[in-house]
Amino acid sequence: MNRNGNTYTFIYASVMVIIVAAVLSVAAISLKPFQKKNIEIEKKQNILASVNIDVEKELTESIYAEKIINAYVVNSKGEVIEGIKAFEVDMKKEHAKPVEERALPVYEAQTGDNEIKYIVPLYGTGLWGPIWGYISLNSDMNTINGAFFDHQGETPGLGAEISTNLFQDPFSGKNIFNVKGEFVSITVAKKSEKAPEQHRVDAISGGTITSKGLQEMLQNDLQNYIEFFKKKKI
Amino acid sequence: MSERERLFSSKNMELLKNPLGSSNPITVQVLGICSALAVTAQIKPAVVMSISVIIVTALANLIISLLRNTIPNRIRIIVQLVVIASLVIIVDQVLKAFVYDVSKQLSVFVGLIITNCIIMGRLEAFALANKPWPSFLDGLGNGAGYGLILIIVAFFRELLGSGSILGYNIVEKLNLEKLGYENNGLMVLSPMALITVGIIIWIHRSRNRSLIENN
Repeated sequence: MNRNGNTYTFIYASVMVIIVAAVLSVAAISLKPFQKKNIEIEKKQNILASVNIDVEKELTESIYAEKIINAYVVNSKGEVIEGIKAFEVDMKKEHAKPVEERALPVYEAQTGDNEIKYIVPLYGTGLWGPIWGYISLNSDMNTINGAFFDHQGETPGLGAEISTNLFQDPFSGKNIFNVKGEFVSITVAKKSEKAPEQHRVDAISGGTITSKGLQEMLQNDLQNYIEFFKKKKI
Repeated sequence: MSERERLFSSKNMELLKNPLGSSNPITVQVLGICSALAVTAQIKPAVVMSISVIIVTALANLIISLLRNTIPNRIRIIVQLVVIASLVIIVDQVLKAFVYDVSKQLSVFVGLIITNCIIMGRLEAFALANKPWPSFLDGLGNGAGYGLILIIVAFFRELLGSGSILGYNIVEKLNLEKLGYENNGLMVLSPMALITVGIIIWIHRSRNRSLIENN
């Protein structure tokens, strides 16, 4: 057969594509369970990081099972919704829905001091792409116990600093409600008179848009839980 | 075809050895620089990247060489790209499944192996005209030549930039910080990879004068 003819070229290309497609599908399907497991473990590590527990990959499953004693989903009125697993909620999809219809996951963690911490997930936008995180509250539903943030592709050395302890640690001990009991969230900015110390953490110089995005994420996502926080407080 | 060549004849060993030295893809042919800058801040990702590239170059060379008498000339670049892309996707999936943290660090650069000029270059220049076994060796050699430089650069960048080797913190263990030693943050940034590669090229050429262009 003429190897430079059109027929040969077309048949060659078609057969090649079919073989390659088959090989790649087999590879993707057979590796899927392992990949899913890795993503799950990472999520569990992140949740634990928000209550200040850093774990090795191998120990994550057992420590998660031990420390996270309860997980459920509430709506914006603070009522528990049955039938949805908190761990399986896709934050990106939830954010596409109106606030009233969103499933809002809550994780309860029992850490060393026997107090129950409440962990809520956050999802927002940075400069280049999505940012997300988990924030844990003490049982007064006001004081932040710990925070964890991560990002998809913020600028290294600037916005990407939100995933470092240097940025995350100052969140501990801050309050999201003021003394009058109004929700004020956390301001991410430099020191100023407008933002009282108790409700402010330092922003990242050079990472202004990421910092602003993070502040907005805290404001938008935490306010959905206000009713839930008020119910739990009593 | 005359008598069968031995598997590890001196000609074949040259294919394996030359890319490590006198025809190194990075320092002599100056190919694949972009990924060399991006993944060399630490040794571990550099090692994983090197292994991935070795596997891809060797297998792509082998497959193209096996197919070389059937590939229609007009679509040979497409065929080469399809082979490389499939291999890279498989490598990427395997990394995601078994070394998830490293695959996150390497992020897009695994995918960008597809565009790594070393691989296409070897397929066009060698695999299309040679038998499978020499092609496979040529792929191994070129992948290893690339990996060697990557790991050397990563070694110095991690040691001087973060004060550690393979994550083991030497500066902290030796208490060098008390003596006033500080890690050089600049080493972690990509420009220093270029300068490190430059220094390696300098040393390489001063030792092997035949590489110096005379003009």
